[in-house]
Amino acid sequence: MITLLYFARLRETFGVASEQLMLPAGAATLESVRATLAARGGVWAHELAAGRAFRAAVNQAVASADTTVKAGDEVAFFPPVTGG
Amino acid sequence: MTVSVRVQAEDFDISRETAALRKDNPRIGAIASFIGVVRDLNEGDSVAEMTLEHYPGMTEKSITAIITDAQGRWQVMDALVIHRIGTLKPLDQIVLVVVTSAHRGDAFAACEFIMDYLKTQAPFWKKEQTGKGARWVDARAADDAAVQRWQTKS
Repeated sequence: MITLLYFARLRETFGVASEQLMLPAGAATLESVRATLAARGGVWAHELAAGRAFRAAVNQAVASADTTVKAGDEVAFFPPVTGG
Repeated sequence: MTVSVRVQAEDFDISRETAALRKDNPRIGAIASFIGVVRDLNEGDSVAEMTLEHYPGMTEKSITAIITDAQGRWQVMDALVIHRIGTLKPLDQIVLVVVTSAHRGDAFAACEFIMDYLKTQAPFWKKEQTGKGARWVDARAADDAAVQRWQTKS
C-alpha cells in the first residue's frame, strides 16, 4: 500500500485529500501510479493525462515519471505551485 | 549560522526578525530582505482575499534545500524564510526572506535566488476570491524564466 495525497485544485476536483492505494503489480514507478489513477476515467483521466500540467512528489521530494515507488511511500499529486 | 524556515498563519515583523538574526554577530556586514505582499488586482480582476494552502512537511524540506543550495553558491551566514498560510487580504504580508552575509553582493544574490526558487519549487497554492468567484491561481511562465536564469549561470 502507498499513501496518496492531493492538493489544491486537484484535491477539489477529485473530491478527496488522501487515500491508500494497492501498488500496481510489477516494478512500480510514478508513471505506473499515474496510469492506475488515470484508468479510473472521468476527472482522473482528464487531470492526470500525459501532457497535463501537474506535478508529483514521492516522499516529499519532487519526482519524475521514472521515480521508483515502493510500499509505504507517500505519493502526492498537485498543480504547479503558486506561493510567494 | 542560522537557517530558519517557518510556515505560519500569523503575521511577521521584519524589524524583530532582523534584530534576532544579527544579534551579537559583528561579522555580518550586509542584510538583504524581501517581503511579498498581497495585491488587490490579479489578471485584471480585483481580489478580495486569498487562501494559501501548502504541503506540510514537503514545504519545509523544499525551502531548506533551496537555502542549502544558496549557501553553496554564495557566502551566506544566516537565512530566514517565513511564509504565511490561511486567508490573507490585500495589504497583508505573505512571505519574508532575510539573508545575512559579510558583503552585500552575496546577500542580494542569495536573497533573490531563494525567492525565485521558492516561487517555483515550494509547494504552496493560492486560491483567490474575486468578483467572478473563487479561482486557483495559475503558475506563471515568468516565474519559471526567473529560475532558469540561475540554472544557466556558472
